Amino acid sequence: MGRYLSIFGTFARACLVRDMTFRANFLLECVTSLGWMSMNLAFYLLVFQFTPEIGKGTGWSREPFFAFVATGLIINSIVQALFMPSAEELTEMVRTGGLDAVLVRPLDAQFLLSMHRVDFSSFANGLVGCGLLAWALTRMDYAPPPIAWLLYPLLVVCGVAILYSFVIMLAAATILMGRNQSLYDFWFYLTNFSRYPAEIYSGPWGGPLRALCTFVIPILLVVNVPARVIAQPLVGDAWWPVVGAVAAAAAALVISRIVFQRALARYRSASS
Amino acid sequence: MSSDASPTAIRSGRLAECATRLRIWWTMLAICLEERLAYRGDFILGTAMRFLPIVTQVFLWTAVFAATSRSDIAGYSKTDIVAYYLLTMVTRAFSSMPGLAGGVSRSIRDGSIKKYLVQPVDYVSFLLAARIAHKLVYYAVAILPFAVVFWICRSYFPPVPDAATIAAFVASLLLSFLLGFFMEATLGMLGFWVLEVSSIVFAYMLVQYLLSGHMFPIDMLAGIPTGIAGVDVADVVRWLPFEYTAYFPAAVWLGKVQGAELGRALAIEAAWVIVMAVACRIVWWRGTRRYSAYGG
Repeated sequence: MGRYLSIFGTFARACLVRDMTFRANFLLECVTSLGWMSMNLAFYLLVFQFTPEIGKGTGWSREPFFAFVATGLIINSIVQALFMPSAEELTEMVRTGGLDAVLVRPLDAQFLLSMHRVDFSSFANGLVGCGLLAWALTRMDYAPPPIAWLLYPLLVVCGVAILYSFVIMLAAATILMGRNQSLYDFWFYLTNFSRYPAEIYSGPWGGPLRALCTFVIPILLVVNVPARVIAQPLVGDAWWPVVGAVAAAAAALVISRIVFQRALARYRSASS
Repeated sequence: MSSDASPTAIRSGRLAECATRLRIWWTMLAICLEERLAYRGDFILGTAMRFLPIVTQVFLWTAVFAATSRSDIAGYSKTDIVAYYLLTMVTRAFSSMPGLAGGVSRSIRDGSIKKYLVQPVDYVSFLLAARIAHKLVYYAVAILPFAVVFWICRSYFPPVPDAATIAAFVASLLLSFLLGFFMEATLGMLGFWVLEVSSIVFAYMLVQYLLSGHMFPIDMLAGIPTGIAGVDVADVVRWLPFEYTAYFPAAVWLGKVQGAELGRALAIEAAWVIVMAVACRIVWWRGTRRYSAYGG
């Protein structure tokens, strides 16, 4: 474990050095992702011009909703920074045979393939997320109890773990299929569902969709559970999602690990 | 042609020239059609997935309407807003030009644009033919998922408008295709001056997404002050060409723009197309004059 941590530290340092070599580009990337984010925030501000809350009686009024959005920003920025750059490279590695070089190294292949690149500019959104969270929480009527502050980081980690497992599953699919750009688009569209409170998915179409995205593909647990813990009172049934998110994260990590190992076992080198 | 040629000879010469041009266009179109059809499986999947973000938008607005006591927001009822988002999908299918600006700037950067400079083919026409082919294939494939989604959501739509409105809708869509094409092609040709246009393209996409009505109906910006007396944010957006690439055709179908106002808006859209086409030409002429053919 210690060895892996120190290797990861080396990777991260190398990426930071690289990013700092092209400083203007780094700043541009930060500005870029901040641009998208502020546009989305502007949209949410506009929505709250017309309504006091999102979904009747859900408690997602302006400040709690912005705490929700902030949580989503933090979780996604961690995933974008730590795992996505490596996963995106994998497609090319499978096609060109670069994967062979990874497999012969005396390290865990999943670790190497999913964590060898760190994109520091993606942390920019996470920092703004932290600021937004602080803003929303100070303006809310409800003050989160100490237990909520303890659970929040844990649940954020669970959210990251669930998304990481999806990335690993996609990587496994890439290894099996050779190449799949559409699957990465699918990833983007899938995570799109996690961007709003689960309560909005109701009615004859929304109910089944919510069940599917909670129990089968637990994408709705990623942001919803930590955001709910910090922004809404922890009463009665509110504990079940917490337990569910921790269990889902553990299960997702194990399942994705198994799927990834199976996929690697079926990998046949592409290069000559 | 000699000065003593008969009028008939001149006419037949012109006809032959026209025929050659048409043939060139047809060849360009055919090449691009074949290119696009090579990846049809990927295509169908990609098209169907593009509806997924709309699904979340529909649920979001349904939740907003459930929580508010209003019957409409900026003139859009609960069903209107769903119809609006679906219609902007149609508009974007016409006006979005994925990879156009990036492709143009790349061919300038790596020098492959030389090939068009020495061939008896006009580059802008080639790009346009390629785009038309691209779009034709796209519609042929996309019509299926579009039809399914629109059929499922048919109850959200108001009754089908009259023939004149439908004609205006089709005209606005065709113009939005041309507008989107010339705006992005012009943007890509900035590559003659700056090596990497991706950040400019990104900024454009950002502005376009926000101000075209793709994200929300522009009417919602009415009443938000800009700081200038008597001018709100919606007014500023209306002075820009972006609304014609998403909002306008959808608004036409939903009957938000009618009568004399509709004619005027269509004329403004056409004027924007001409302005951008001329801008594209000017940038091309100036750019090729300073171009020094990098790359091998």
